[in-house]
Amino acid sequence: MYAWMWRKLPGPWPVKLLEALVAFVAVVALLFSVVFPWLEPRLPFNDVTVDDGPSATAPANP
Amino acid sequence: MTSAEPGDLGDPATDPSKGPGSTGTPTGATPPRPRQRDTVRSVVRGIGEVFITLGVLLLLMCAYQLWWTNVESAQAISAGRDDIIKSWHQPAPTPTGTGTATPSAQPTPDYGTGFALLYIPRLRDKVWGLPIHQGVGKDVLAQGAGHYRATAMPGQVGNFAIAAHRSTHDEPFANFPDLRAGDKVYVQTRTEWFVYTLTKDDPNLSPSDVWVVEPVPGKPGATPTQKLMTMTTCTPRYGSTGRWAWWAALTATSPTTGPAPDGITGTA
Repeated sequence: MYAWMWRKLPGPWPVKLLEALVAFVAVVALLFSVVFPWLEPRLPFNDVTVDDGPSATAPANP
Repeated sequence: MTSAEPGDLGDPATDPSKGPGSTGTPTGATPPRPRQRDTVRSVVRGIGEVFITLGVLLLLMCAYQLWWTNVESAQAISAGRDDIIKSWHQPAPTPTGTGTATPSAQPTPDYGTGFALLYIPRLRDKVWGLPIHQGVGKDVLAQGAGHYRATAMPGQVGNFAIAAHRSTHDEPFANFPDLRAGDKVYVQTRTEWFVYTLTKDDPNLSPSDVWVVEPVPGKPGATPTQKLMTMTTCTPRYGSTGRWAWWAALTATSPTTGPAPDGITGTA
């Protein structure tokens, strides 16, 4: 898969290397700005509240 | 702009069957490999690449959680603090309730609205002007502390309950276990300073222990008479299996128009 991508990159190898780095950075940026922020609240990590269901959704009066 | 022009592009691209490391082999020097072997090789390599990719993705996710959320939340917390202070300098929103500046007349903020700043000398490196926003959704907790919406507002009779992260998202409550009974907790609102004093904690709670934020903790339905505060976070750190709560009672109140409480102005 990566060998195929490498072959598809245009230019001589230093240019290919640069393109590959740019592509990698772009993928990481996409992950950090879109994918992970979307995914994180759906994972059971770092919950700090006691069952926030009723408290968070109920009208504001006890 | 570079000197390499398309002229030398065509040759390698038009030779898909070229094997690895076989560049420059004279024509017909080696007998053709069994095609099956190449297929097996590329399948195995493909599987390997998938696993390596998954591993890299997991490492990136860890970096996001443990590092990048701190960067983003630190900015959000700082901006949130500025917004709250700025809003206090504006004239008060048209009072929805009757009365003036008594604590019981505090309007209930909308979800996500910042309405108070939290100061805990013991946790000073993180909790010094930490914004408290309304609600305890994860989007809110990424910007500081969150207020359980169904609980009392600061200084009210009942239980003013908040939550904050102990790990990731700038980890305001990272040093939660350092708190001791008798420690002061300062809550600053538009009109007042509320000084709470920690009374007791419970580090062995379960996520379903909603009683900790009830008006009278542990006594559902009881009519509150005291002005309490509850802080919850996760335990163990970096985990989600348990909860740790600290309770406090209101011990002093002063208007923000006057001098700040001792623990705020002093060297702390």
